[in-house]
Amino acid sequence: MSVVESPAAPSAPKTSDDARRRARRSLLHRLDTKASPYLFVAPFFLLFAVFGIFPLIWTGWMSLHSVSTLAPGQMTWDGLGNYTMLGHDAVFWKSLRNTVTIGLISAVPQLLMAMGLAHLLNYRLRGRMFFRVALLAPYATSVAAAALIFQFVFQQNDAGFANWFLHLFGFKAVAWEPGTWTSQLAVSAIVIWRWTGYNTLIYLAAMQAVPGELYEAAALDGAGRWRQFRNVTVPSLRPTILFTVIISAIGSLQLFGEPYLFGGSAQGINGGSSNQYSTLALYVYRLAFNSEHLGRAAAVAWVIFFIAVIVGGLNALIARRLSRSA
Amino acid sequence: MSLRTRNPAGRLHSGGPITYIVLSVVALVSLFPLYFAVVAASTSQSRIAQSPPPLIPHGNLLQNLRAVWDYQGPGAHTLGLAMVNSIIVAGAVTVSTVLFSTFAGFAFAKLRFTGRNLLLILVVATIAVPPQLIVLPLFQIISGLHWTNQLQSVILPSLVTAFGVFFMRQFLSEALPTELLEAARVDGANSLRTVWHVVFPVARPAMAVLGMLTFVQAWNDFLWPLIALTPSGNPTLQVALASIGGGYNINEAVIMAGAVVATVPLLLAFALFGKQIVGGIMQGAVKG
Repeated sequence: MSVVESPAAPSAPKTSDDARRRARRSLLHRLDTKASPYLFVAPFFLLFAVFGIFPLIWTGWMSLHSVSTLAPGQMTWDGLGNYTMLGHDAVFWKSLRNTVTIGLISAVPQLLMAMGLAHLLNYRLRGRMFFRVALLAPYATSVAAAALIFQFVFQQNDAGFANWFLHLFGFKAVAWEPGTWTSQLAVSAIVIWRWTGYNTLIYLAAMQAVPGELYEAAALDGAGRWRQFRNVTVPSLRPTILFTVIISAIGSLQLFGEPYLFGGSAQGINGGSSNQYSTLALYVYRLAFNSEHLGRAAAVAWVIFFIAVIVGGLNALIARRLSRSA
Repeated sequence: MSLRTRNPAGRLHSGGPITYIVLSVVALVSLFPLYFAVVAASTSQSRIAQSPPPLIPHGNLLQNLRAVWDYQGPGAHTLGLAMVNSIIVAGAVTVSTVLFSTFAGFAFAKLRFTGRNLLLILVVATIAVPPQLIVLPLFQIISGLHWTNQLQSVILPSLVTAFGVFFMRQFLSEALPTELLEAARVDGANSLRTVWHVVFPVARPAMAVLGMLTFVQAWNDFLWPLIALTPSGNPTLQVALASIGGGYNINEAVIMAGAVVATVPLLLAFALFGKQIVGGIMQGAVKG
């Protein structure tokens, strides 16, 4: 069948054998080039379908049911019951508000500091690798370890570092954990400590990609360092800034370990005795694994998803604007 | 104004004394909590409760480390077991993430196939899916399979990440010369052999960085291990540490010793490979 093309010859059998082999080989080769890309990306998409997309959609389906964590297999249809319940749920609204305020308290100073630090690290420095690694060390610390350490930093009495520091400057000791703002500040401090260095490196990388000619032109125009920073560095970094803002926003939506562990065994699960630092993510966990309401937890999770989609949509919108104006 | 020079990173001023002072203060703030954990772990319960807080190490470090190592959590398992669990989980997740990400990243970077761009957009879109959105159904699944407290329930969902795929794609689309692939094809190598003999050697530095970033992530992961492996079941180090921290009747210096145990392995890795990790994060950032 595949012999047709063999150049007519006395030693026909041998050549046809050869040709057949070559044909099979080229068929295999074609199959290989066609199929292997899909084989190579298949593990990701398979795993993502099973452990990503499916649970994502199923969470929405769960949120329309009444499900107990103690019998997760038994789902009773409840329509929008879980959502109407959330509407009257003061803790839910408080957690939503806290998520926003803690998100702002942690992200805004963090990103501003990261920007400034990246600018400094972009100078010619001795020991710059030391500074970079030192700034990144908190990133290597787990949430669990960081939260436990910061529990001691924010101890109620003078033995905590925060209060000891205030004491040095003549201020009174603060009861960090019971207060609304103070506890949110403390939780934000953990986030800021862990992530400032990471964001600094991201800004630094983006700064190093800014073409030097832009600075030379600005300098020729008589722009000093500050004006160069404002008129050259910051505009060039816009996409990166957008990226870090989005990542921080998504990070706030996920904020769980910090408040949970900061509160300790007594108050962690509630996010404080009056839920003063309860977050949405913490509330999901609490509803699911403390109140045993898997369905209601799914409804809160779906609210988180809704907010994440809005954040993502805004991101795409602004990114398109940026690329058009650039 | 100081002299302007060029260096490979771009046009740069030298940092003045204020730059050094600010950076030193920030480096101090970054490192101090870790130092404090070690100091606190070397003191005693009564010392931690005193003002001013301890600033220099005391002599109880080894004793507290032993105490936390032998401490039995709610499920009567020790920190040693939890550490073994963490090593198994983070190790398996790292190896598989690096392998799968390299294969997929290579396909996205260098191979032509129908639907490539669409699939790549799908990968990028899923980079930041909050875990809260998936843990509840995952909990249902592992409950149904009776996989609670078994390590595979934590390993399987993390076998590959969208970030890893994207990271390897970005690296390979620049670092891997297309001529090299063509040469391999002319030599008659099939795709698998090409990946093994051509792609892997080129990708090695990026694979190492991705491996380290993935290991950090997996080692520190908290929410899903807390749900799936439970403090009283078969916890990883972070989950066990949280339950030690939440326990009553335990010496706070011993808790800090636990924090040290849970953090030191990664800090050692940072001390050794800090330069590569910093480089990897910056590399991922520029292209990402």
